[in-house]
Amino acid sequence: MTILRVENVTKRFGGLVAVDDASLSVTPGSITGLIGPNGAGKTTLFTVISGFAAPTTGRVLFEERDITRVEAHERARMGIARTFQIVQPFATLSVVENIAVGAFLRHAARADALEEARRVAAEVGLTPMLDQPAKALTVAGRKRLELARALATGPRLLLLDEVLAGLNPSEIRDMIPVIRAIRARGVTILIVEHVMQAVMSLCDDIYVLAQGKLIAQGPPARIARDPHVVEAYLGHGAAQRLQAKAGQIGEAAHAERA
Amino acid sequence: MSARDLSTGFLPIVLVVALLALVPLFVTSNTILNFLVFTLIIALAAQGWNLLAGYGGQFSFGHAAFFGTGAYAAAILQVNLGVNAYVAFLVGIGLGALVGFVIGYLSFRSGLKGSYFALVTLAFAEVLRILANSAGFTGGAAGILIPLDVSAWNFQFESRGAYYWVALALVAAVLVLNRAIERARFGAQLVAVRENEAAARALGVDALSVKLKAIALSGAITAAAGGLYAQYFLYLDALIAYGPWISIEALLAPIVGGLGTVFGPLVGALALHGLSEASKLFVGEIPGIDLVIFGAVLILVVAFAPDGVMGVIGRVRRRLGGVSAKTSPASAAAPAPAPAPTREETPA
Repeated sequence: MTILRVENVTKRFGGLVAVDDASLSVTPGSITGLIGPNGAGKTTLFTVISGFAAPTTGRVLFEERDITRVEAHERARMGIARTFQIVQPFATLSVVENIAVGAFLRHAARADALEEARRVAAEVGLTPMLDQPAKALTVAGRKRLELARALATGPRLLLLDEVLAGLNPSEIRDMIPVIRAIRARGVTILIVEHVMQAVMSLCDDIYVLAQGKLIAQGPPARIARDPHVVEAYLGHGAAQRLQAKAGQIGEAAHAERA
Repeated sequence: MSARDLSTGFLPIVLVVALLALVPLFVTSNTILNFLVFTLIIALAAQGWNLLAGYGGQFSFGHAAFFGTGAYAAAILQVNLGVNAYVAFLVGIGLGALVGFVIGYLSFRSGLKGSYFALVTLAFAEVLRILANSAGFTGGAAGILIPLDVSAWNFQFESRGAYYWVALALVAAVLVLNRAIERARFGAQLVAVRENEAAARALGVDALSVKLKAIALSGAITAAAGGLYAQYFLYLDALIAYGPWISIEALLAPIVGGLGTVFGPLVGALALHGLSEASKLFVGEIPGIDLVIFGAVLILVVAFAPDGVMGVIGRVRRRLGGVSAKTSPASAAAPAPAPAPTREETPA
């Protein structure tokens, strides 16, 4: 059983193949990571999944339903929420009003939507900022707002696009438990992320994308050692050199001990 | 009623409308009443524009398309087909909504935004003006005259005061409608589309449908202004009904008064036309002086008060409010300023 399945998705922009025959599946209740070096096509794949771009070929299935041609706002209604890598707050609205726009999806009455917005704000730690205009928030605050708005739509699948990018280490430390708590509530999460430590500690399962192709999949521990992944990040032959170096160090240590 | 409702509730509307409704009891000068009726008609047209542009962020430069449709529908249905004036007025409102929907469907469907949308609306209005100027059933270039037949049944009144009350009732109805929209899901979605369409879509907002609803409603309101204009002046030609003048009036008033605020269009229309009348008094009848003043006011507002008169009022109130809240925190009877009590509502 999968909550999200991407089948052989290819996305071309003219002559450029941004995503090349990518397939992945997300298990309900998991935090699944999608990583890869800059320009690997992560965000493109992400926009295809969230419905902001149609794939050139391939299919996207949500809870076994083909949603490849379903519009973005319809996907939100079905239970898929996304955040934006470059935060997109409704700048002139207050924090609570921002979140309420998301909450209005499942709550028709203003009072209910505002109540739900306050509840979600508490969940991501935005309660002290409720009445501030969104444009007054810090980067960390805006990232939380992105998260809160998406959560307020009551999703079953949450797509997070680099919610940790641009945060300092202590802000990242604060954010990780928030993401864990969301998963603990039963929301499945697919996360595109650059911050490696966070990915390694958060994810149950990781897909690695490089130059548009999926090159590896597995639990974090295995991904970290995968030679293809190391090469994708550090360049051709890097894995071998690293291994050789590790070998040398190992030998040296051995010799010393002897 | 919590104090927050003072700034976002219906009470201010009731107060302002009640105050304005008293005017004909004290003012008997036909010149002044004439000026006020005309200003209220402009305010009504501007309220329509404000709904689409102020709240929805879709700047139209062709609201004449709706104004003219409402005006011509009222006139043609009565003169050519003998339809009752009120029925004609209502049909005009419906047609205004329809024209809005069609223009919206054609332009929003193809993703037109910003200045492209503005130019397309301008083109629609101009096309309608040229058609109305050449068609037979609109009276062509000679225009169309609604025969004078004063009776309430014909939507024609002896006194200008009666027209004033009708216009005020329509403006008041839209004030209430606007406030209700502000507090409803539709209003939140409309503002979200204005602020950031992609983000709104990600949150499940059907941006196209929200924009179509807004432009249809906007068209209906501005068409009502057109119908009222026809009923009041009893004469129309293509340049009056579909001319650029009304497109400009409809957007100037909310920009000056306060974009995306309930009172913005009314305040802006009163301020602009008050100013232009006053200038005629002082400067004398110089042709086009009112337009010169409009231009100057627009530049000043955009440069120094981009949120319009309502924004300035809000800032002043907040400043005064901050002071009075400090000096007399327990004055529950006084209309407390908005920001202080909002904090009480939120569980900190």
